[in-house]
Amino acid sequence: MSEDDLKVFVKGTERFFSQVTATAAEVSTPFVREQKDRVVSDFSAVIGVSGTQRGCVYFTAPREMVADLVKRLGETEMTDEIYADYVGEIANTISGNAREFLGSGFMISVPVVFSGPSHDVRFPRDMPAFVIPIMWSGHNSSLILCLKDDVEIEKQASLAEALSTLGVN
Amino acid sequence: MKLLIVDDSNVIRRAIARAIGEPDYEIRTAGNGAEAIDVFDEFRPEVVTMDITMPEMDGLMCVDQILQRDPGTRILIISALADASTAVEAVKRGAQGFLLKPFTAETLNTELVELFRD
Repeated sequence: MSEDDLKVFVKGTERFFSQVTATAAEVSTPFVREQKDRVVSDFSAVIGVSGTQRGCVYFTAPREMVADLVKRLGETEMTDEIYADYVGEIANTISGNAREFLGSGFMISVPVVFSGPSHDVRFPRDMPAFVIPIMWSGHNSSLILCLKDDVEIEKQASLAEALSTLGVN
Repeated sequence: MKLLIVDDSNVIRRAIARAIGEPDYEIRTAGNGAEAIDVFDEFRPEVVTMDITMPEMDGLMCVDQILQRDPGTRILIISALADASTAVEAVKRGAQGFLLKPFTAETLNTELVELFRD
């Protein structure tokens, strides 16, 4: 994942909060997550990524923040089910919007959501997790990117195809 | 007028219904493409708002199936997928409009009016 890719998600996150809530989010400098860093909050959503990149996009936020966000949407049903649903929608929207710059080859899955004080999120071990800290309306949340360019995989596939054409197994 | 809202997010389905103003429309909802086809067959809406990234059956495939059943159905895609090729593909398949998420009540209602401009 390049620095430009990171910027796409930083800008996309800023745009999401401005458009949806009319309150700007303060997005801090991204950092690489280390084992000791506790970044998982009350509600989390994971989007699987395949195509030109592979990996995951996570969004995780505290209950109070999600409650505040859904309230601003005009939602009156304030339940954990609604909060989890909306965290998934945030992850989906920021990831989907990134395709404006990353292209349609940046393929995203439907969100998988997790909630509860002790829920665990497993990060891929073969790539770094870039944490983008987000402060919105006094709440701290994070967008976490674990993405790897699939250039090597594409090269291997092309090589395999070329060898196959030549009759070499 | 009958309107079917298709989105895998309950929060978004409810937000769309609120933004449209339920007294103006008879509204039904579906959480994925397969469910949308079942509701469509029974409800026969004139207008459909359609998400793309959904489980079971995605929105583009669902557009195909709805238009096979009733080519006169007006379909507004409401999706987070911001690349141009997705919007082009949706229109090629017969959707009349494309609204990018996140949306506002104002942009949603503008797009719904545009659906009937032709």
